[in-house]
Amino acid sequence: MERPLTQNIIPGSAALSLDDYRKNGGYKSLGIVFKKMAPAEITNLVKASNLLGRGGAGFPTGVKWSLVPLEGDRSKPNYLVCNADEMEPGTFKDRYLLEGNPHQLIEGMIISAYAIQAEKAYIFLRWAYKKAEEILRKAIDEAYKAGYLGKNVLGSGFNLDLYVHSSAGRYICGEETALLNSLEGKRALPRTKPPFPAISGLFGRPTVVNNVETLSWISHIVRNGSDWFKGLSLTPTGGTKLFGVSGKVKNPGTWELPLGITVRELLEEHAGGMLPGHKFRGALPGGASTDFLVEEHLDVKMDFSTVAAAGSRMGTGTMIVLDDKTCPVAFVHNVERFFALESCGWCTPCREGLPWVEKMLESIEEGTGKMEYLDLLKFNAKYFGPGNTFCAHAPGAAEPLQSGLKYFYDDFVKHITDKKCPWR
Amino acid sequence: MLAEEEIKEINEEIKQYPYPAVACIDALKIVQKHRGWVSDESVKDIAQLLGISNEEVDGVATFYSRIYRKPVGRNVILVCDSVSCMIMGYESLYEYISKKLGIAFGGTSTDGRFTLLPISCLGDCDNAPAMMINNDHFNRLTADIIDELLERYK
Amino acid sequence: MSLEVNMVKIRIDGKYFEAKPEKNLLETCLSIGIDIPHFCFHPALGSVGACRLCAVKKFRDKDDTKGRIVMSCMEPVTEGLMISVEDPEVKAFRTSVLESLMTNHPHDCPVCDEGGECHLQDMTVMTGHNYRRYDFPKRTYNNQELGPFINHEMNRCIQCYRCVRFYRDYAGGKDLNVFASRNHVYFGRHEDGTLENEFSGNLVEVCPTGVFTDKTLKKHFTRKWDLTNAPSVCVHCSVGCNTIVSERYGSIRRIMSRYNGAVNGYFICDRGRFGYEFLNDEKRIKSVQIRSKKADSLQIIENEQLFTSLNNSELNSKKIVGIGSPRASLESNFALMSLVGKENFYHGISEREYSLTKTISGFFQHSGALIASLKQIEKADAILVLGEDLTNTAPMIALAIRQAARNVPNQEAKKKGIQLWNDAPVRELAQDSKSPVFIATLFKDSLDDVAEVTFHSSSEDIANLGFDIVSGLNNITTDSKTGKKDHQELAGKIAQILKNAKNPLIISGISSGDKAILHAAINIVTSLESVGSGVMMSMVLPDCNSMGLALLPGKSFQDLFILEESHRIDALIVLENDLYRRADEESVNKLFEKCDRVVVLDQLMNKTTQKADILLPAATFAESEGTIVNNEGRAQRFYKAVGNKTQVQESWRWIGELISNRDNNQTDKWNLLDDITESMAIELPLFSKLRKYSPDADFRMLNMKMPRQTIRYSGRTAINANISVSEAKLPQDPDSPLAFSMEGQNENPPSSMVPFYWTPGWNSVQAMYNYLDELDGRMKGGDPGLRLFEQSTGSKRDSLEYNNQKSEVRKNELKIVPVYQIFGSEELSAVSPSIIERIHEPFVFLNPKDSEFFHLSDEESVILEILNIKLNVKVKIENSIVPGQAGLSVNLPGMPYVDIPGTGKFHKL
Ligand SMILES: Cc1cc2nc3c(=O)[nH]c(=O)nc-3n(C[C@H](O)[C@H](O)[C@H](O)COP(=O)(O)O)c2cc1C
Ligand code: SF4
Ligand code: FES
Repeated sequence: MERPLTQNIIPGSAALSLDDYRKNGGYKSLGIVFKKMAPAEITNLVKASNLLGRGGAGFPTGVKWSLVPLEGDRSKPNYLVCNADEMEPGTFKDRYLLEGNPHQLIEGMIISAYAIQAEKAYIFLRWAYKKAEEILRKAIDEAYKAGYLGKNVLGSGFNLDLYVHSSAGRYICGEETALLNSLEGKRALPRTKPPFPAISGLFGRPTVVNNVETLSWISHIVRNGSDWFKGLSLTPTGGTKLFGVSGKVKNPGTWELPLGITVRELLEEHAGGMLPGHKFRGALPGGASTDFLVEEHLDVKMDFSTVAAAGSRMGTGTMIVLDDKTCPVAFVHNVERFFALESCGWCTPCREGLPWVEKMLESIEEGTGKMEYLDLLKFNAKYFGPGNTFCAHAPGAAEPLQSGLKYFYDDFVKHITDKKCPWR
Repeated sequence: MLAEEEIKEINEEIKQYPYPAVACIDALKIVQKHRGWVSDESVKDIAQLLGISNEEVDGVATFYSRIYRKPVGRNVILVCDSVSCMIMGYESLYEYISKKLGIAFGGTSTDGRFTLLPISCLGDCDNAPAMMINNDHFNRLTADIIDELLERYK
Repeated sequence: MSLEVNMVKIRIDGKYFEAKPEKNLLETCLSIGIDIPHFCFHPALGSVGACRLCAVKKFRDKDDTKGRIVMSCMEPVTEGLMISVEDPEVKAFRTSVLESLMTNHPHDCPVCDEGGECHLQDMTVMTGHNYRRYDFPKRTYNNQELGPFINHEMNRCIQCYRCVRFYRDYAGGKDLNVFASRNHVYFGRHEDGTLENEFSGNLVEVCPTGVFTDKTLKKHFTRKWDLTNAPSVCVHCSVGCNTIVSERYGSIRRIMSRYNGAVNGYFICDRGRFGYEFLNDEKRIKSVQIRSKKADSLQIIENEQLFTSLNNSELNSKKIVGIGSPRASLESNFALMSLVGKENFYHGISEREYSLTKTISGFFQHSGALIASLKQIEKADAILVLGEDLTNTAPMIALAIRQAARNVPNQEAKKKGIQLWNDAPVRELAQDSKSPVFIATLFKDSLDDVAEVTFHSSSEDIANLGFDIVSGLNNITTDSKTGKKDHQELAGKIAQILKNAKNPLIISGISSGDKAILHAAINIVTSLESVGSGVMMSMVLPDCNSMGLALLPGKSFQDLFILEESHRIDALIVLENDLYRRADEESVNKLFEKCDRVVVLDQLMNKTTQKADILLPAATFAESEGTIVNNEGRAQRFYKAVGNKTQVQESWRWIGELISNRDNNQTDKWNLLDDITESMAIELPLFSKLRKYSPDADFRMLNMKMPRQTIRYSGRTAINANISVSEAKLPQDPDSPLAFSMEGQNENPPSSMVPFYWTPGWNSVQAMYNYLDELDGRMKGGDPGLRLFEQSTGSKRDSLEYNNQKSEVRKNELKIVPVYQIFGSEELSAVSPSIIERIHEPFVFLNPKDSEFFHLSDEESVILEILNIKLNVKVKIENSIVPGQAGLSVNLPGMPYVDIPGTGKFHKL
């Protein structure tokens, strides 16, 4: 089983150094690119590979790049931004790549920047990732010194400056357009789309935002081709994916596995199954903003379309497991509180609906809930669902809520009728 | 008044952007790094340095959770209260710290040593429960570890 | 909507409509008259999609029965668009939005100033949200003290973000913002303090709830439905914004903006909104008064006594003189002119003002130049401001320029396929790029932030820059007037940009008091026209009817001093004018000494009224009907909001009575406003157009007058019960088709006759949508007002002389230039208590170098001597004023008239 992204990362030890990265073929793709490929060819290659964005939405990366106009006014730079905000509860995959193999990301960014003719690139890094920040800054320094960054990269005539911007803490900064506002030093409110960032992004210039994992793929695809990439997954999508499991499992962690492995494999083979004395009740398959999958879904294949067909979302591929010793109402309440607190406050359904939901859940959990709340919760889950809000934050919150109500309805009812939490 | 050092660092940030106002968040973080928090006075100083209004700076400052607009203790403990840590029992851990320091979330110990705050997911879910003290990460926490950590930070 | 090319066909709930593709769906529906609830959208601010209330269903095609929810404000109008407003699912969604917005609302409508004209109330009813299901404690906020104009009550906020979008994005204010996030967002200032922006009052109308309300109204609060209203025109500067004046119990309660698509659109400035309180001033002149010889004081008398005491021979005399006023109506000035005869009629303005104003009015009348309305100013794509501190002399022009500054970046947005109503992306794309705006003024201005280049210099340099631009336009490079290379280069650049622009605009005026600046501006216009440019111009004048007065025959006030040196005057009649603001004290005193009898018509006591032998209570704009002509030559009519119960009446009516009386009641001079309009039309051809420009007094809709009061007006029978229990007779208004009543016909009144906005379902100001052809467009039936000057092309003009001697300034002296203030420099508004709180003490702007030279420090009090007049002023150190020149605040309350620009020197205290 190939693990291109992580094969050189040794958990628990220091990040891959520039030398070690080079020894394993690192920065070779740069040579290929600058010698043989026009920007549009790279984009076409990535398109052909069918690399889907690993930030959660699964949008085809090559298609995104192809929207960037390469002609036109070049008096101001185009921008490439790496989304390393990773703040969704239950998600910890990008940190693994950032702390383990920074040069893989940097090389990917250089190639991507060249493909969209961006002369400035930012890594928008989560505030809390202090270790990753240190590692990245060091790696960027090395890359500048080695001539991979700065003026006239490797004599190609292409210039690229790469900065790390550490955030000031807000989940919404991960939403790609809110991220751009934040990079501009403003409140991180999401922007209207269209126009997409590829047309008007950072400082009004064409911009591409991609996830860490997405960008980490680019050098591999350049070196090995699109067919190789496609062959990596068990499904037609292409590529491996970083999966993670947290919760009451024997062996929580992160693994690079082919797209298309089943939930069961992930849980039982890699995460080692449930802790003794704990039973599986369900899981959010791709971070807090995805719908619950339950027992009946254990054989669902972990890929964008297959998870969607099961009524949830692939999201970030990092799974949060709900066990029978954990109160599902408390679980949902915790997640909804997170979303309520992290709402940017721009649009009504999210700003007003989420705190209401949070209050009702709290009340149910504490045993003061009313039966009417159940309908009101359902109503709200629909109210701030997809299409009704300005960005995807609140619709993300709707997913664990609506599916939690669907699969654990009896537990909600029991809280209300018993006037207390059965788990306390 | 901003210290020379702070002004220097902020000016350094301004260089990478097309106009000074972009450095607003960086400036707030720099001031907070030096002073622990951002006072009304500092908001005005930053505004002046960046050539924008107090309102513009404060609008940004109050948006971000990791900019403190109220004084904090010498050390800030950030306990992850998100779902994986909840499953893994952050609540009892919080109660433990809270009892030990005599403060709840949002509080600062009377000796000014610690401020206790919740933080959402630290990206350490596979090693939950997790927390930060200042810029340092800790995970797989137990009461023993906590005891040791609270001793370590003065 | 009229059919135009490029219209597209859309289907709304099964019906087909023609629509303009450059509009969004929400504006389109509102223009058609389909009510879609909304909050965050405002026609002047565009769409941002925040509130989610304007949701409609959109269908892919005829076969799509499910559809999906979209926000109509964010939906482009495209051919074949199919939507439903009535779809049950989307209706339910809109109700949900209201329900959740109301979860934290305090439900304090009974004690809320917005109650009864609240957009939130309207939307609650419109969406059908009735019962609360939220049963948790509400979030609460602390309020802020925001100064004398605006009251703050944050708990009522529904977070539509309109306030900050208006204040910051539209009006360029900096000291209001949104703080915090999630359901804790807070709209206010960083800390308590006065909102600084000159347009802050519009928050009252822009805010759809009671967060920002009119603090002056609060002092004498009245519900909207209890107000008696009239369409009016602002009298506090020369722009002539349209307003609604509202009355209850005989006092004026507030001023709101009244939509005029060609003039002020939705907004007015704070001087216009809050300056009204002079109307309620205790010192208002309410009765006829006559000087008793014995007591040498004024005694109140009855009207009849007045006519017996006035000697007819006096009024018949050749030695009678009338002094008109730029703040009195056209009709009143004309009446006075008729009484005293053209040869004895003087414009009550300083010589300097007279000649500069005449230059402008003459140019406007004869040049055929394109004089820009405010709306047209907003369309300019390159602007030169020469010598005019617009924020302080014509605030709404400054606001219009701020919008014009977006035109060039807007073109970029269009190229990228971003529709202009899509506000946030348009701004994000533009970043800080702007249309070229060049501001050449004596010192900094709060409009400077939109300028590509600001040129703060001496008045000579500004004029020279202007003349160099002329040279640049005429491709003459040799005779630089500035003599400074960088100035000349700048002039060249400006000339080039103006020449290349599609709709360049030149703005100047007379506040600098500098003839050369004015001539330069006019010559730039002439030169641009000669190269085929579609150049527009705008000229700022000092008073609300400066232009109207300028269009009447008459001599300058100064001529009076010279002419009558040895003559005595039998009767001097002063019309609504404090002469001590127009000339130095000594000269005015001398003039009064020469008069046997002084008749003064005015509204407030001032130094001139104190000289009156006979004082007549002249109606203000709020108690009268009349016409004023704004700076673009637009005649606009105002109507009374208060029925006269006292002796107060229009000056033209007083004068008419004087004439009738003089003529032994042989003539019944001007019973109605229409009569005097007719006289004017006959006598002065320029005004012949006025005959038809607004409905005659006998105009009726369905045989009825139009009501000034809403149908819910309360207390008509009991309002005066404390005085008399029998129902008082309603005040009559023979001059207009408006009635002092709640009865009448108020659907679709003529555009100039809209006393308040109300249509079924819309109690808030948003009701105005239904009075417009289309949102942001013209009022139904055309915008009110009539332009007196026509644009014509091809008229050849000579350029004006260049005569810019350097003023002689000796050592230890400075050139003193005038500094106008939005709050304080205008006579009437400066009496209003809320405005008074914003007025500075008399001051002088001084460059740091000069302050050093004269050993003066900031805030120091000092005596400034100009032409023997000594003024006690405070020093304000101001970097933007050039050394050698100092700026003196002018016309502030208590300041004497000084003829500047001139030279002055300091005496230490
Ligand atoms: C509320 C919200 C938070 C998000 N947070 C992240 C994040 O932390 N990291 C990330 O890569 N994408 C995040 N996304 C998705 C981004 O908007 C965007 O789709 C992604 O960065 C694109 O990268 P990709 O195409 O490489 O997946 C978030 C989206 C939403 C709506
Ligand atoms: S859904 Fe609305 S309020 Fe929530 S984060 Fe997105 S834009 Fe902000
Ligand atoms: S008016 Fe359309 S979302 Fe607010």
